[in-house]
Amino acid sequence: MSTKTVELNIGDVGAKGADASAKVDSEKMALNVGPSHPTTHGVLRLMMDLDGDLITSCEPVLGYLHRGDEKIAENMTYNQFVPYTDRLDYLSPLANNVAYAIAVEKIAGIDLPERCEAIRVLVCEMARVSSHLLGMGVFGMDAGAWTPFMYTFTEREKLYTLFEELTGARFTTSYTRIGGVARDIPDGWLDRVTHFCDNLPKAIDEVEKLLTRNRIFIDRTEGIGEVSKEDAIAFGFTGPNLRASGVDLDLRKDKPYSGYEKYDFDVPIGTRGDCYDRYLVRIEEVRQSLRIIKQVIANFPDGLWYAEDARKIFAPPKDKILSSMEELIQNFMIVTEGPQIPEGEVYFEAENPKGALGFYVVSKGGGVPYRLKIRAPSFCNLSILEHMVPGHMLSDITVILGSLDFVMGECDR
Amino acid sequence: MIDQVFTDALLDRFDSSSFRHHEDCLTLDCNPSSIKDLLTHLRDEETFDLLVDLTAIDHGTNTENRFSVVIHLYSRIHRDYLRIHSPCSDNDSPEFPSLSELFPAANWHEREAFDMFGITFTEHPNLKRILMWDSYPHFPLRKDFPLAGIETPLPADDVAEVTQANVDPAPMMGGPFVSSGDGMMSESEPRAKDESWTEQAEKPK
Repeated sequence: MSTKTVELNIGDVGAKGADASAKVDSEKMALNVGPSHPTTHGVLRLMMDLDGDLITSCEPVLGYLHRGDEKIAENMTYNQFVPYTDRLDYLSPLANNVAYAIAVEKIAGIDLPERCEAIRVLVCEMARVSSHLLGMGVFGMDAGAWTPFMYTFTEREKLYTLFEELTGARFTTSYTRIGGVARDIPDGWLDRVTHFCDNLPKAIDEVEKLLTRNRIFIDRTEGIGEVSKEDAIAFGFTGPNLRASGVDLDLRKDKPYSGYEKYDFDVPIGTRGDCYDRYLVRIEEVRQSLRIIKQVIANFPDGLWYAEDARKIFAPPKDKILSSMEELIQNFMIVTEGPQIPEGEVYFEAENPKGALGFYVVSKGGGVPYRLKIRAPSFCNLSILEHMVPGHMLSDITVILGSLDFVMGECDR
Repeated sequence: MIDQVFTDALLDRFDSSSFRHHEDCLTLDCNPSSIKDLLTHLRDEETFDLLVDLTAIDHGTNTENRFSVVIHLYSRIHRDYLRIHSPCSDNDSPEFPSLSELFPAANWHEREAFDMFGITFTEHPNLKRILMWDSYPHFPLRKDFPLAGIETPLPADDVAEVTQANVDPAPMMGGPFVSSGDGMMSESEPRAKDESWTEQAEKPK
């Protein structure tokens, strides 16, 4: 096999890339951050004009991770798309799986048994804990504090072991199916989740001791990246970022899905909407998630983990497929033609760790969506950068980006 | 509360809009010419102040109105969504009034719809591609764009000149496989939905 080698003159490429400098007057400097830079948590590129240390304009450039998920969705059956949802917000794949499944189930009009809903709430909250643990740890790191990251990452690792036991995968879980979940919880798994939940507050306390009243951390984050209530709403903020700005909107409370109305929890709200508030909101959300997890486990319902009456949608249990003709045909049809979803359109948003993840599904009947729009919270949360960043110092960029806690996987789709 | 009274009052006020059958949230059809008035009213008087989503649908090349824009609003008071469908004027070069004056959140959503469907949002402050690169010639989410993609020059001229490389269509022979669901079993067996490039059909240029 022959390998083609090409010599590239790096100087030429660099000069073309920096064409932004042409439009800047001599007093200012054009600075390009990213697309591959530790600050940008993925592949976000920021084109900024600097006046000394002061940022005078900031233009985000996206699309470096664009895979065309929406186009792909139009070309495959509903269940085939579940693994793609893992790769949206890849720090909370379970929550994405659940949001997608509920959206399609709404259009199909499926009611799920209580046990299935409880499992889904449980995994959603565990995904939230894992996502916020990473978000907080990395945020500390962005502000110059390495140690909290070690604490949060250790705990997140334990969570991933639990995910692995439940779904067979640590990262790309693909756990839900249209009309249920892939499998029931393993024996003794709930005890191990309880054990994890009992120990997590200690680690959170450690992180809080290191960060929450840390003078350096407060100096770096307080009053930085402030987003007013009005701006947060106007720019379509959702999730912890919106709540940090003082807007009381949590879809788990306001538009409960999957049985969230049965659980008792508080929604933390910030006051100033700065980076520090966003951090505090996330810390408290982890504690509230633990409350929900404990309530779910305390009243864990018996029953099936899939909707039994969803005949043309959820594949029957394996032992029945192997022993009964009816079930065999049903399984064959679901695998080849996909779950049969009636005509219609549905928009469903779930309160994901990063914000409201929305799926707009347009069906013309059959097993393939006609159009599937993914409303990615990170995409909307980042749209404020152009408006918010100018006026800050260059060193604030790391903190602002860290506090927004975005994932380019879902931003670029 | 969003009930019949609410809907009737809204439709009386905006006679160019009409009610549409829906499963989940109140859905209206609206003329693009009065969409700004309707949205201003909904935002300022009816507390629908969160524009959560704006996207477009391609209804197919043979339809009368090929493209329509779909807007989802959320009200924190009603705790409900509201969906607005609005057709784009021209099938060949679709246009739609930009809403980013009213809702800054619409800015990036409109850029995405422009990027993916080629809908020009008039009076948009910064209408350029957001996910694909600026010089990309196609609109990927249109129904006549193949899943495999179309051969396109590399975005960086200097790299293309040296490497002689292109952005190539992806090999589609490996699926995803979907059954058409109608006709004889032998005819409807699972196959790739997009067959613009298979063993029989040559790779698109």
